[in-house]
Amino acid sequence: MATKRTIEVELSTTGLGADGKPQRIPLVSGDTGGLALQAPPALEPDLEGEHMLINIGPQHPATHGVLRLVLELDGETVVRCIPHIGYLHCGFEKIGEYRQYNQIIPWTDRDDYLNCVGNNIAFAMGAEKLFGIEITPRCTVLRVIGMELSRIASHLVWMGTTGIDIGAFTPFLWSFQERENIYNLFEGWVGARLTTSASRVGGMAADIPDGWLDGLKAFVRTFPKTLSECDRMLTRNGVWVGRTVGLGVMNPEEALNYGLSGPMLRASGVDYDVRKDFPYLDYETYDFEVPVGVHGDVYDRYLVRMEEMRQSVRIIEQAIARLPDGPVNVDDPRVILPPKHKATSEMESMIHHFKNVMEGPRPAIGESYVAVEAPKGEKGYYMVSDGTAKPVRWRIRPPSFVNLSAIPKMVEGHLLSDVIAINASIDIVMGEIDR
Amino acid sequence: MSGFTVVQSGSAPGLPTPASPKNVPHRGGEANPSAEALKAQFGAAILRVDVVWGETNVTIDPARALDIVRWLHDDPSQSYEYLSDVTAVEFRDRGLPIEVIWHLRSIKYRRFLRLKAPLAKGQPLAIASVWSVYKGADWLERECYDMFGIVFEGHPDLRRILLWEQYTEGFPLRKDFPLRGRLSRAEQLRQALAANPEARYSMEELSIADAFQELPLDMRARIRGGESTGE
Amino acid sequence: MGLIQSPTPSVVSVDPVNSEGWITTRLDFLVNWGRANSLWPMPFGTACCAIEFMATAASKFDLARFGMERMGYSPRQADVLICAGRVPFKLAPVLRRIWQQMPQPKWAISMGACASTGGMFDNYAVVQGIDTIIPVDVYVPGCPPRPEALIHAIMMLQKKVMKDRMSDSAARVEMEPDPTSQLYIPPSRIDKLSEQFGNSISQTRSGQ
Repeated sequence: MATKRTIEVELSTTGLGADGKPQRIPLVSGDTGGLALQAPPALEPDLEGEHMLINIGPQHPATHGVLRLVLELDGETVVRCIPHIGYLHCGFEKIGEYRQYNQIIPWTDRDDYLNCVGNNIAFAMGAEKLFGIEITPRCTVLRVIGMELSRIASHLVWMGTTGIDIGAFTPFLWSFQERENIYNLFEGWVGARLTTSASRVGGMAADIPDGWLDGLKAFVRTFPKTLSECDRMLTRNGVWVGRTVGLGVMNPEEALNYGLSGPMLRASGVDYDVRKDFPYLDYETYDFEVPVGVHGDVYDRYLVRMEEMRQSVRIIEQAIARLPDGPVNVDDPRVILPPKHKATSEMESMIHHFKNVMEGPRPAIGESYVAVEAPKGEKGYYMVSDGTAKPVRWRIRPPSFVNLSAIPKMVEGHLLSDVIAINASIDIVMGEIDR
Repeated sequence: MSGFTVVQSGSAPGLPTPASPKNVPHRGGEANPSAEALKAQFGAAILRVDVVWGETNVTIDPARALDIVRWLHDDPSQSYEYLSDVTAVEFRDRGLPIEVIWHLRSIKYRRFLRLKAPLAKGQPLAIASVWSVYKGADWLERECYDMFGIVFEGHPDLRRILLWEQYTEGFPLRKDFPLRGRLSRAEQLRQALAANPEARYSMEELSIADAFQELPLDMRARIRGGESTGE
Repeated sequence: MGLIQSPTPSVVSVDPVNSEGWITTRLDFLVNWGRANSLWPMPFGTACCAIEFMATAASKFDLARFGMERMGYSPRQADVLICAGRVPFKLAPVLRRIWQQMPQPKWAISMGACASTGGMFDNYAVVQGIDTIIPVDVYVPGCPPRPEALIHAIMMLQKKVMKDRMSDSAARVEMEPDPTSQLYIPPSRIDKLSEQFGNSISQTRSGQ
C-alpha cells in the first residue's frame, strides 16, 4: 500500500555533512584572489557566545498566519526556537457549548479554513454518531467527493504558499486558479466558495444540482495537467531540491512520539492514514494508495502531498462512477427539517420545523470522537452530550497544533532561511491551532 | 541522504481488514481488548469500563494515571505508540468531577482507547503529566491548563499557551466562566492594549542570558520592574 | 454594473480670494490620483478572509489592476491596512502597533464581519470590531466577503482618497483622547453609557 519514489537528481548544493545536517562551507577570499572553499582555521575567530534573539511574527508574510517564532541564533544557525501561538484564539470550544449541533457547523468552517467541507463532514459524522444515525448511500459518496475536493484545495494552498516562501511565485497563481475551479464547484453545490457549511446532521445542506457532475468531471480532467506542470516546475528543480532536501528531519519514532499525523508522519516513513486504518464513509471500498516517504525531510513531505493530490483525483473518479441515486438526507424527523412546501402549509410540519430550528435536535447522553484524515493530519471532533440540544463539551483535535509543537526539534541546527521552509512544510493553519 | 533506517511501522500483519463502522449500538458494543488487559494489570485502579457508540472508555484512578499510560505505551501487547489528544470535560451538573481525557491509539493493533480520570472539584485540580511518555503531550497539556486550570505535575514548562500569561479573567472553558468573559468589553480591550508587544518575551527566552544583555536598557528596566508583558 | 456610477461632472467655480485655488485643486487631483491608483496594501491577514484576499490578489480577480499587487508586508512601506480576519484580544496590541508604524497618509479596510464587528465570535476572546483599536475607512461585510466585494470596497476607498484635500490640515492628524478637552468622557462614564449597547457582560440572549 506504500508508494515510494526514488528521485535521482544532481544536486547543485553541497549536501549533507556526516552528522546529517546541511553543510555550511564558508566562502573566503583566498590569497590568489579567487574564492577558497575552506577557510583556514586561523582566519575565523571563535564567535561562540554571542547569540541573537530575533522575533518572527506574529505579523509576517511567511509564518502562514499569526504565528510568532522567537529564534536564538548563532550567526545564521538556529540554536533554539520558541514558538508562541494563541494570536488567533477565538474561543471556538467555549462557544460550541452554547450552540446547537447544526449551528456549530459554520464554526467548523472557520477552524481549519482551508478544509472547510472536510471539517463540516467530520463534525456531521460525529454528531450522527451521537444520534445513532446512518446516512444514506448517496450522502456517503457525496461526502467522499467533498472531502477529497477539500483535500485538493488545501494542498493547493500549501503548494502555492510554500512555493512563495521558498521563492517560486508562479505555482501560487496556478494553484489559486485551480482553487477557483473548486470554488465554482462548491458554490454551485452549497452556495459559498470558502466557508461552505456544506453538511448537516443527517445529510448535506443541499443535493448537487443538475450538471454539477459534468463540472466535476471537467475539473478532474484538467486538474492533473496543472498538477504535472507544477510538478515539472518544482520536483527536479535544483533550487527547490537544494532548499528542501535534508531539512527538518524527523525520524519515525520521534514523529510518532510527538503525535505528528498526516503527511508529516507519512513522510517520516510511518504508514498511518486514518482512511486506511480506521476507515469511515466506506473508504475501504475505494482503490487508492497512500504515499509514504523515506527520509522525513521537507522534500519528502512535498512529494507526499503532491502524490496525495493525484490519489484524491483517483478517489473522486471512482466516487463519480458509483454515485447512487436517492435522497441525500436521512429520513429521520429528529434531525431533518420537513420540506419547505410542507412547513409552510401543514401545521404539524410547521411546528416540527419550529422546534428543530429553535430548540435543536437532542441526542442521547453519550460522547463520540470522530477522526478523519484531514489534509493536515488526524483531525478529530470529540463531543460530549448530556441529552440537551447543545453539547457539554466540543473539542477540536487540531493536527496542526500537535505538528507545530515539533518545530523546535526540527529547526535546531538549521539556518534561518531553512526555518521558513520547514515551517511551510508543516502546513499549519492558525485557525485550527489557536481555535 | 537518509540518516536512519526506515521503520514501516504500520499495522501488524494478520489483523482483520478495517471497515467503516455501521449500525453501532449506543451501549454494550464490543470492548477494546486493552480494557480487559488493563483490569488484569491494574485491578482496582480501573474504576469503570463503558462502551459508548463503539468507543471504549476506561475510567481510571487519577493517582495511577502516569503508570497506566506508561504501561499502555511500553507493553508490547498493547503498544499505544500514539497519543492523539489530552483534554478535559466539565459537566453542566456542577457536582460532577472534572474528567481529564486521554485519547490513545495503537497503530500496530489498530485500536483506539479513551482514558478518563475524574478530578473532584473540592481540592486543587492536579494530575500527572504524561510528557515523559509522549512528547506530543507538551502543548496539549499546556492548553488543558490554560482552558481549565488543571495543573499537570511533571510538565517541563506549564504556562498558558493560547491566552497571554497575565490573563486575569480566569480559565475560559470552566462552566462558571461566562461566555463573554468576566470584564466589560471596554475593560478587556484596555487590558489587552496595555500589554506592551515589545516586552513580550517569556522568561524562557530571557533566560538566554546573552540575549537579556542585548536588550536596550529601558526594556531591561521595564521587564525587571515587572511590567505587564502580556506573554 | 448597477452599483458603479460614473462620476457626475461638476462645475468648479474659482474664487481666488475665498476658496481653494485652481492650482491647488489640480494638484490635489494629481496627488490623490497617484495615491488612489497605487495603494500598497498591508495585508494584516489572520483567518479565512486572508484566503479570500489571496484569491483576490491571484489571477482571476487580480488586484494588480488596481496597482495593489505589491504587498507591503512591512507596515512602514504600506498605504492601506487590510485587516482580513478575526482579531482576538491577544493580537490587539499588535494591530495597534502595526497601525502606528504605518506612515501617513494611511487608510484601513476592515474586511469581513469579524474585523468589522467581531462577527460570529461574540465571546471572551475576540475584539468586537477593529474600529475600537484603529480608525477604519471602509468596512466590507461578508464571511468571507467575495473578492468582488473586496474590490468594491477598494474602489470605494479610491473614491474616498480622491476626495482628500491638502488644505484640510486636520484630516491626517491622529488624535489621542485629551483629558483637558471639553469633549473628553472618562472611561468609567463611557462604560456606563454604553452598557445597553453591548459593552456589558451581563447580556443574555436566548440560551446565551
